[in-house]
Formats: sequence, C-alpha cells, structure tokens
Amino acid sequence: MSRLVISGNEAVALGVKLSRVQVVAAYPITPQTAIVEKIAEYVEKGELRAEFIRVESEHSAMAACIGAAAGGARAFTATSSQGLLYMSEMVFWAGGARLPIVMAVVTRALAPPWSIWCDHNDALSQRDSGWVQLWAESVQEVLDMTIQAFRVAEDEEVLLPVMVCLDGFILSHAYEPADIPEQSAVDSFLPEKKPAPYWLDPSKPAAYCTIAAPDTYMEFRYEMYRAMKNAERVIKEVDEEWCRLTGRSYGGLVDCYRCDDAEVAILLCGAWAGDAKEAVDILRRKGVKAGVVRLRATRPFPTEDLRAVVEGMDALAVVDRSLSPGLPSILWSEVRAALYDSVKRVYVKGFIAGLGGRDVTPGDFIRIVHSTLEGFRRGEPGEVEWIGLRGGESGHH
Amino acid sequence: MSGLPVTAIATPRRGAAGRTGLWRVERPVIDHSRCIKCLLCWLYCPEGAVVRHEDNSVEIDYDYCKGCGICANECPVRAITVVAERE
Amino acid sequence: MVTIKELTREEYWLPGNSSCPGCPAALGLRMLGKALEGKFVLVVPASCTTVIQGIYPATPSRVPLLNIAFAASASAASGLRAALRIRGLKVPVVVWAGDGGTADIGLQALSGAAERNEDILYICYDNEAYQNTGIQRSGATPYGAWTTTTPLGKREHKKDVPMIVAAHGVPYVATASIAYPLDFVEKVRKAASKSGFRYIHLHAPCPVGWRFPPSKTVEVGRLAVETGMWILYEIEDGVLRLTGRSRVLLDPSKRKPIEEYLRAQGRFSHLDERDVEELKRYVEARWRELKKLLEERGGCLR
Ligand SMILES: Cc1ncc(C[n+]2csc(CCOP(=O)(O)OP(=O)(O)O)c2C)c(N)n1
Ligand code: SF4
Ligand code: SF4
Ligand code: SF4
Ligand SMILES: [Mg+2]
Repeated sequence: MSRLVISGNEAVALGVKLSRVQVVAAYPITPQTAIVEKIAEYVEKGELRAEFIRVESEHSAMAACIGAAAGGARAFTATSSQGLLYMSEMVFWAGGARLPIVMAVVTRALAPPWSIWCDHNDALSQRDSGWVQLWAESVQEVLDMTIQAFRVAEDEEVLLPVMVCLDGFILSHAYEPADIPEQSAVDSFLPEKKPAPYWLDPSKPAAYCTIAAPDTYMEFRYEMYRAMKNAERVIKEVDEEWCRLTGRSYGGLVDCYRCDDAEVAILLCGAWAGDAKEAVDILRRKGVKAGVVRLRATRPFPTEDLRAVVEGMDALAVVDRSLSPGLPSILWSEVRAALYDSVKRVYVKGFIAGLGGRDVTPGDFIRIVHSTLEGFRRGEPGEVEWIGLRGGESGHH
Repeated sequence: MSGLPVTAIATPRRGAAGRTGLWRVERPVIDHSRCIKCLLCWLYCPEGAVVRHEDNSVEIDYDYCKGCGICANECPVRAITVVAERE
Repeated sequence: MVTIKELTREEYWLPGNSSCPGCPAALGLRMLGKALEGKFVLVVPASCTTVIQGIYPATPSRVPLLNIAFAASASAASGLRAALRIRGLKVPVVVWAGDGGTADIGLQALSGAAERNEDILYICYDNEAYQNTGIQRSGATPYGAWTTTTPLGKREHKKDVPMIVAAHGVPYVATASIAYPLDFVEKVRKAASKSGFRYIHLHAPCPVGWRFPPSKTVEVGRLAVETGMWILYEIEDGVLRLTGRSRVLLDPSKRKPIEEYLRAQGRFSHLDERDVEELKRYVEARWRELKKLLEERGGCLR
C-alpha cells in the first residue's frame, strides 16, 4: 500500500486501473475529462490492458459499454451534466439490459444557463434508470467506491450498472492524500471478470433485449426492482469486506455522523457533507445535539436504514443540491416518502442550496439547522427554503 | 420470482410468430412435372418456406408459407401457380 | 462466382417469423445467414427487424443477436467487438440496420465507427423510409416518393450514404440489392474476409411502404437496378468498380426507362411529368459522374 496525494478524478482512474477494466469508451466533458485522459494514458503506457474506444459522443460511449458488457467484458465510462443527459437513452438501456457497467458521474449543473460547476441535477435525473447510484464524500472514498462499484454491479444477486457520483470540482479537482491499495489486494477482492451467465456467447444463438409483450414486460421490470432491493444488502456486505481488507468502512448505504443522540440532523449526499459535519461540530459545542446523515446511495434508496437512523430525532434538514421544479426538490420528497410510515414521524424540512456551484459554507448549514429547529418548534409545515438566494426568496417572486 | 431470465433473451425457434401459413390468402402450388430444379424459388422466398431437398427438388412448407407469391413470380418456367386459399 | 447450388441449405433466419409477406428484410437476413453460414453475431437497432424477431421468448435468429436503441448500433457493435477481441474471439460482428437507423439517427455513430475503422461489418437494408413506424420519410427516401410525412411526395433527393461512408476511407464499401442475392452473398463474404470497417448498402423494396403487391419485391428490386435508379458497385481500398448487372449499364441505351420502375409502385403514382424529369435528370447525373470517375480516374476515389 502506498499513500499519494491525488485528485478525485485521479482516484477514479486509479480505481478503474486497479479493477482491471477491460473496455473503456468515453467522451470528454468538464469536469470529468481528466478521468478519461488518465485512463487513456494508462492504456497507452500498457499499465492497463484495456480496449479504449474513443467514441464520438456520450450516447455512443454508453452504447459501446453496453456492447462490451453484453460481450462479457468489464466496462467503464465517465461523464457529467450534458453528457449524461445526452447518453440518457442508453443509461436506461444498460439498466434494463442488466449489464454491470460502472460509470463515474462527476456531477455538474445542467444548462441553460451554461454552468460547469457542481450540482446534483444531472445524476439525479437518471434516478429511475435502474442504476445503483453511489455518492462519495472524499477522494479516498472515490477510489474505494470505484472498486466496490464493480463488486456490487457484478454480484449475481444484483447485476445492475452502478454510478459513482462525485461532486464536480469540489471533489473531482480536490487533492487529498489517499491510501492506494495493492493490486494483489484488489485482485483478491474483485476477481477477474467472469462473463455474466447471460453474456452474448457467439456459440449460443439467442436474441438479447427482444420485444416483451404485456404478459412478460412487467416481470422483467420486477426482476430489476428486486435486484435493486438486493443491492441494499450487497452494498453493505461489500463495504464490510472492504473494511476487513483495508480498515476503511463508510457505513453502507448511509454514513451517520454524530447521530447517536442527535435531536436534529442534516441529510444530504456528496462532498459538502464535510461542511455539514464542520457545522455540526460547532453546533455541538454550543449545545445543539446535531448530526449528519449522508446518503451514500440514492438508489437503492435506503428507506429502512434511514428510518432506523432518524428514530428518536425531532427534526431533519434535507439539503438538496438539485431542483425538481414544481415539487420542488428531489431528496426532500424522497425522504418524506420514506419516513411517512414511521411510528413517530420526524419533522422534515427541505432546503435548496448550492445550485450551479453556489458556495455553501458551514455557516449556511448552521442557519439551516436553526431554521429547521425553529420550524419544528413552531409546528410549521416542513416546506422547502432556498439558501443564499440573492435578495431572498420574496425578492424573486 | 417470475422464473424469467434477468432480461428478455429469446431462443431460436421455427414458427416464432406461430404458424404463419395461417396468414395466407393465396397458395403457391408447384407443378413438379415442369420444374427444372433451378432453385430460384428457394433462393428468393423471404420466409425460407421453400424446402430444398438433397436432389434439389423443391417443396413448399405450407405451415409457414405466407403466400406472398414471389416464388411464382420468379420461377423461370412458370412451374408455380398461385391459387386462392380455400377455407 | 457463388452459385445457388453451393449455398448452404441451412436456414439461420427461421421460417414462421413476424415479417410481412414478401418482406425484403427477411430475405436479406436469410441471405446474410447463408453467406456467413451462421458464424457471426448481429447487432440490430430499432427497425422492422426488431419486430420481425417477434416476441420473447422465441426468435427466428439462429445467430446471437443484440438488440439496441435506434441510434446506437455502430457504437454498440464497436463495444461488442472490443469485448470479443479481449475474449480472443474472431467471429464477425455485423450490424443490420434500417435506412433510418443509418442515414438519419444513426449516422453520427456510423461515422464515428467508420472513422475509427472499427472492425465491424455494417449492413444497411434500405427500404427507403421508416417502415416500422408506418412509412415516414427518411433521408434515404427518393425524390417524389409518397410517405405518410410526404403526402405530396418528397421534395429532396436520396441521401447518398454509401458515398458518405466511402469518404471515410474505409477498406470496403458496397451496394447490393435483394433482387441479386448471389451478388449480395459474394459481397458479404468479401467484406467478412477483410478487417476494419466494412459497409454494405442493401436496396430492399418493401411491398407495404412502396405500395406494390408482395409478389413483386424481387421484380421491383431488379427494375431499380435495370433502370439505373439503383447502382451496384463496390469500393475496395478507395477504388470503385461497377458490379453485376450494373456493369453493362454505363451506356444509357442499355438502361430501361425509369418509368418502368416508377409505374410498378404506388408510392410514385402521383408523380407528374416534371417530377419524372427531375428524377431522370438526377439518375443521369449520377451515371455521368460514375462514368467520369471510371474513365478518367480508373474508379479511384482518393
Ligand atoms: C430514439 C428513437 N426515436 C424513434 C423511435 C421510433 N422508431 C422505431 S423504428 C423507427 C423507424 C425505423 O426506420 P428504419 O431504420 O428505416 O428501419 P425500418 O423500420 O424501415 O426497417 C422509428 C422512427 C425509436 N425507437 N427510438
Ligand atoms: S408464396 Fe412466398 S412465402 Fe410462400 S413459398 Fe412462395 S415465396 Fe415463400
Ligand atoms: S423456381 Fe420453378 S423451376 Fe425453379 S426450382 Fe422453383 S419451381 Fe422449380
Ligand atoms: S414493412 Fe416492409 S420491411 Fe417492414 S417487415 Fe413489412 S415488408 Fe418487411
Ligand atoms: Mg427503413
């Protein structure tokens, strides 16, 4: 094992190399580009024995990954924002075809207006595609998660594609020290890719992804749904096994920070959990029993784990880095739905923050916690509040 | 569990769409006395419903022949006639 | 020359499938199977061929087949090729796509794969419209043709996809017609013997969309060639030569009048004299270009 200072993007590339990926097909887009540049370098130098297909678009990148995975290869791509939307048809195809592809999504806001900065609307727009969606907080976690993603994807109880989501610039371009596992350790954790039992074997005639009539279509979708349920268990097992190998565990589907006795918690996903944790430390020093619930998976959505974690809490602040105009935000509504059946329903207030890379500081998180507690005490509806909006919300009505 | 594979993987079968011969409104009939075994009907049948025997004699598989009439149209010696399909 | 008798009796596209009576795609798939004797894998985008396969759990295909989204066949085939290469398998990867999936929505992926010289054989079966969705015009629909989205006839000429592919400098491009199956089989075999990106554009008259009786599929295909509306050629390493029936048609007097082709199809029934003249002008111009290319440059495109 060695310790290196690397960026989030380099961590993805290293994870791909250590996972002995066999086919990479990718197309450049900021802030993801450095991942595929690095992989291209590994391939050219012979450090990674893989086929690198320099496709002409993201739609083709995912189509090529689908072809490769159908042909039994371990396949990887990476994208962001417009690229993810452009490949969306094939993202859903990969999910429905049950192909264990791994994709890094370096999260970035959607245009217009053009923005290269971080938010989560790109990845979350694909949440019903049948992909497992994992979210990292640190460079180390990006590296570990990339390797784990292949184990989850290829698990016979899962056989679903996996997205590793990392925040554009905030994580992709952040340099942090990371422990790099030995190749031999990764090889023992992630054995060489065996083709899935249903790979397109040239000696076995069969037609893949044919038309399913109404009498079978639903069953295929049900299988996908069940596989996603299985992924809940497999993600946790893989996290535990990784811990036995490296000493690092991230808590499976949710990473809880100071939640044991917490009365209020901030719930979010992505790298800004670090700022939320800093805020919680400050609040704790002032006597506010606060914690952070960081979703490591948004698909499968960790409904049961979430219920267990927030049990006993008074209030939850769900902070979305995404927008669903008219809803108005994604995690907020999903969390509320997940907790609806709790015996004692926790108060859930929503916040929209950090869109298009707007800075969100520990101070903002402190205000978020206070606003949540206030709403809880006053018995106000837990509606969604915009954070850091110029002129405030009313100024824009 | 539904007992289905993870995704729709179909396996090869004659009559994947059923007995397509039932679609036929007209029936091609070969007059073997005129046939010169040129195999053009076999070559051009889109359905693969002209059976070619070892000796290159031909026969129509009425289970699957859709009655398009290409075989009759292409037969160089007009050995195939098209007749109305009876009930 | 391939002869009928030496073609295998094995069928790789089984009877009793969902194709319409007289379907050119089914005929083409049968010939493709025989040409390579079932030793290949297929990639098929959304098209009539999706439907011809019928419904899960049965398929007429006796070769492994990957269905894929409309625009994605060339890139999915690139990925599949890469995976099979890694597994040490040399089996040809063949795309079988419609004209819409080739000339229109799939053109970008096709161009990308051609430019990368991917080791795949791409076959476009050209029934000159989006037949699967009910006969809408495509970039490959000829001038004047009725479709449901050109009820008064298309105002633009057919997009010349084989020449667009040839401009990528790929090792092999050919045109073919379902009316000349042996010529097609030969071209498939020649293409399969090469490596890199290979392209065959197969003219495929569709009785449903072109409005002619299903018994006339082959006849209409033949008329297309004999009138010079469709030209059979191949381009090997940048050098074009006419093949089959088209070889003798450089001399305009040898070509049948295009009216014979037009009259055989309902989709051209509304054409007036000026439309027919426009089509004639277009066909003559294409032949003149070819003549010039062959006589002045020995068919050398580059
Ligand atoms: C992205 C997308 N747009 C539209 C469709 C609908 N669609 C399916 S097949 C087809 C037409 C296919 O035309 P062509 O490629 O010429 O094949 P043909 O049906 O004529 O054999 C269309 C428009 C689709 N499946 N996917
Ligand atoms: S009528 Fe058509 S389907 Fe029937 S045998 Fe003749 S060519 Fe084949
Ligand atoms: S086309 Fe006519 S002559 Fe030739 S084999 Fe068929 S029936 Fe006989
Ligand atoms: S519409 Fe034309 S190409 Fe499509 S299945 Fe029917 S005959 Fe074949
Ligand atoms: Mg078409």
